[in-house]
Amino acid sequence: MRVLSRFLYAVALPCLLALGWWFASRGSQNFFFPPLSGILSAFADVWFSAKIVEDVLPSVLRLASGYLIAAGMGLALGVPIGLSTRLRAYVEPVLEFLRAIPPPVLVPILILFAGIGTTMKLMVIVSGCLWPVLLNTIEGVRGLDETLGATTRAYRFTRRGRLVHFILPGAAPLIFAGLRQSLSIGIILMVISEMFAASNGIGFTIVQFQRSFAIPEMWSGIILLGLVGFIFASVLGFVERRVLHWYFGLRAAERNDT
Amino acid sequence: MIEDRNAATAQGRPTLLDVDAVKMVYSSAHRTVEALGGVRFTVGDGEFVCIVGPSGAGKTTLLKCISGLLRPTGGTVRLEGTEVKAPPQAMALVFQDYARSLFPWMTVEANVELPLKQAGMARRQRRDLISSALADVGLTDVGSAYPWQLSGGMQQRVAIARAIAYRPRILVMDEPFAAVDAQTRADLEDLVRDLWHKLGVTVLFVTHDIDEAIYLGERVLALSASPTVVMDDIAIDLPDARDQIGTRSLSRFGELRKELYGQIQRARHTSG
Amino acid sequence: MRGAMFVQAYGDAARGLIGLAVFAAVLELLPRIGVVSHVYFPPISAIVVALVHEAGRAAFWVSLFLTLRSWAVGLAIAVIAGTGVGLFIGSFETLRRLTASTIELLRPIPSVALIPLVVLLYGSTIRSTLVLVVYASVWQVLIQVLYGVQDVDPVARQTAVSFRFGRWGQLRHVVWPTTLPYLMTGIRLAAAVALILTITSELIIGAPGLGKQIALAQSGGAVATMYAYVLVTGLIGVAVNLVARVLERRVMHWHPSVRPSMHRARTP
Repeated sequence: MRVLSRFLYAVALPCLLALGWWFASRGSQNFFFPPLSGILSAFADVWFSAKIVEDVLPSVLRLASGYLIAAGMGLALGVPIGLSTRLRAYVEPVLEFLRAIPPPVLVPILILFAGIGTTMKLMVIVSGCLWPVLLNTIEGVRGLDETLGATTRAYRFTRRGRLVHFILPGAAPLIFAGLRQSLSIGIILMVISEMFAASNGIGFTIVQFQRSFAIPEMWSGIILLGLVGFIFASVLGFVERRVLHWYFGLRAAERNDT
Repeated sequence: MIEDRNAATAQGRPTLLDVDAVKMVYSSAHRTVEALGGVRFTVGDGEFVCIVGPSGAGKTTLLKCISGLLRPTGGTVRLEGTEVKAPPQAMALVFQDYARSLFPWMTVEANVELPLKQAGMARRQRRDLISSALADVGLTDVGSAYPWQLSGGMQQRVAIARAIAYRPRILVMDEPFAAVDAQTRADLEDLVRDLWHKLGVTVLFVTHDIDEAIYLGERVLALSASPTVVMDDIAIDLPDARDQIGTRSLSRFGELRKELYGQIQRARHTSG
Repeated sequence: MRGAMFVQAYGDAARGLIGLAVFAAVLELLPRIGVVSHVYFPPISAIVVALVHEAGRAAFWVSLFLTLRSWAVGLAIAVIAGTGVGLFIGSFETLRRLTASTIELLRPIPSVALIPLVVLLYGSTIRSTLVLVVYASVWQVLIQVLYGVQDVDPVARQTAVSFRFGRWGQLRHVVWPTTLPYLMTGIRLAAAVALILTITSELIIGAPGLGKQIALAQSGGAVATMYAYVLVTGLIGVAVNLVARVLERRVMHWHPSVRPSMHRARTP
């Protein structure tokens, strides 16, 4: 019974909104807001075709690989910087500045270096996604509990043991906060690097539709981008719940305590 | 001089831990603070020694020096005749803050197991040690729970299980029961006495509670306020079998308590 | 020796300055010794010269003003809307449960997906920028406000009910004080996202502002000028972060319940 009511609560409003859109746009004469039925049939025509390999796949692969490279770099740099008070004091202002540069301005800069190919787009995504992961990793490692640190030393943990069983799990809640921020920046950068200069990709295709006034097709592209964003966020959310299940439990226990 | 320091070591047991003139001076650009002013004492093999001192008496600093977490600025600490320069394998620590000394991302079992794994012990042997340690502290069926699902007293039992599974020669406990309620505390005190008897491990127990020190220890060392030194070294001549009601109502208990209390008051007033 | 004394006297601030100086020196040297081409990456001194030159032009100040205005207006709309909707939804348990899945569904949709639509509807105007900025940043505020309302101590709420506080009284004296620190976190996150979207819109759609100047400089081959504008956007970013953090700390300062959850940043 409770499962059913939770399910109904979850699907009620989205269904209502979709139905509302469907009926409100039915027979719409407004050029910019075509009927939802038209958008959905355009969606099937446009994306269930060679485009899924030629445009969607390259975009998604660039995003996934750029994001993973940035995450790896953020961890690899963030852990040593977070562990050393002195190193942190030297590099923190520089990192704060680099983080504060709005990532989209990287697009025109990196075009100069790497042209408009895949390398540029990868570099854009990596250099935009790096900062939230890096700074959150530093913050997470810096805030590790001292008593736990003393415990690892008192029980003679190896360096690897300290990293795997103490530093990374202890910093994980903040690392995931950084990963979330990075993901939304990564998607923005994936889209605009393709809009700014590209010959394939979702962003490129949508702009082509817009310029040729293929409105239902353009709408279908917007929906596709929404889906891509949602799927990436869901995958990250799934990993986060797996990795941080202890953290959510701990938080809930603390909440019930007070 | 050596004989003098060993005089209080009970029944002439061989020395296990030798704390020799340990000094700790913190200096920064602005000021210098002398936390430990030459602490010296020894602990015999198999002894139960309590250290009691007013708050701010550098008890935690002293323990960090003894356990090799901190290098003293003067003097030496020797365990089994070897100078302690890093945390020694023959020593296990139990911290005051149980909630922060257990890894919240690991189950109770994994918490007990991890130090053994780090020491490269075979899986079979680890399993045996974990189950016997958890049984010894009275936690047989919470192995797969997370520490934060347990009460404070149970969490501290897990920390004790982790320490004894490590099979140390000496168990060092830093105000381990300061944060639990009175009844739990009494239970845990009896647990530590029992484990000491059963395992034959040496125990160095730090507390700010005079009653607890007398109830638990064979010897009590009273610390002065900082710069800390050992002011007094009292043998606790209470019967070996102790219980919370009987022992605490002995007249000898009261005398010892009065003596130690006086010492500590004096310590607070001379330098506090 | 002097340097060592300087570091000792001023500690981390001095170390940070040294870090920045080394960073600037590396940026200066890389093109000068030919590690990177100065055509793509002029030395920092050339960028500063270009910046000084730009600062003498009215177009620079107009762009700066327009960017800041789009950012501020968009952020203000997002904060007001996010707070209002968040408090409203949060006040009714049923409403909160009904909307949760929809919010989870809409939040990850990247606001840049709306770029083609706003281009068609509004063209290269500030309205386009505002739509993108508001859509991107309203989620930050809304989510944090919802966290905040959920965090209200049930005992405090029951106390208020037992003293016969009305709905408004509860909102004013129980819900709002608990929510405020969360709201400040939301504003801090929203401020950064709003800046990113402002610049994006100017860069991609050509809405007037610093982002458009960057695109113009790049297409015109004025590389040093382009970097000068990038430097300015970075400095704005630093300023936005600093101000947001100071505000947040101020609100947290008098607030008794500083909870760890509030340091957890969440973004759509």
